[in-house]
Amino acid sequence: MAARIQIPREARRGDVIEVRILIQHPMETGYRHDDVGHLIKRNVINVLSCRYGGVEVFRADLSSGISANPYVQFYTVAEASGDLEFNWIDDEGQQGSERQSIVVRG
Amino acid sequence: MKRRDFLAGAVGALALPGTALAQVDPLDPLVRAFANGAAVRKGKVTLVLPQLADNGNSVPIRITVDSPMTAADHVKSIHLYSERNPVPNMANFYLGPRAGKAEIDSRVRLAGSQRVTAVAKLSDGSFWYDSAPIVVTLSACLDES
Repeated sequence: MAARIQIPREARRGDVIEVRILIQHPMETGYRHDDVGHLIKRNVINVLSCRYGGVEVFRADLSSGISANPYVQFYTVAEASGDLEFNWIDDEGQQGSERQSIVVRG
Repeated sequence: MKRRDFLAGAVGALALPGTALAQVDPLDPLVRAFANGAAVRKGKVTLVLPQLADNGNSVPIRITVDSPMTAADHVKSIHLYSERNPVPNMANFYLGPRAGKAEIDSRVRLAGSQRVTAVAKLSDGSFWYDSAPIVVTLSACLDES
């Protein structure tokens, strides 16, 4: 499961930065049928979390009500240089992880 | 609810016009259940949705909560509810003072025209909400798309 994270490369300490993540995932609702009429099993990302410097700064419970290739944008305060690490897990137990580093000055 | 309780509530509502107004809001019973009896007031939360969505499979949504986001006064969580989706609680977002700004953007699936509600839980234990109507031309989930 690939994901794209967009955060500023650099920020000043105390700045509120915009964090965006887009994960490639079908977010299968469990209400659709395949070509031969069988129900396609639900498979959505249930939990998405973001840790910044090892501390959780954001978490989301998602459901089939979130679009395929889920996109989430939120904000966080630039505290120190380090990594923003995202982790997520879907109904089939598949885990995904992606990280992006930021340099904080001042 | 028992008939007696209902009548008692109705009489109380008549006696206090202020609370009577608060009681006629069209809030989803699920939201009430989520707040666990606490008052869910309109305000502080701003929910932005397009008025019309051609395709319910991906509808941009923005929730902003008016909060200083300090350790003493911040938004703990934001909850999204749909009136018509098979799963009414679409998403829950958990934030904290480190968010700096209480704003979330995402894209949701909507099964038909409806009213979407966002509820915020603040650090002082209060609940606030906003809701917005949307017309969905092609609804998600049920159209096998």
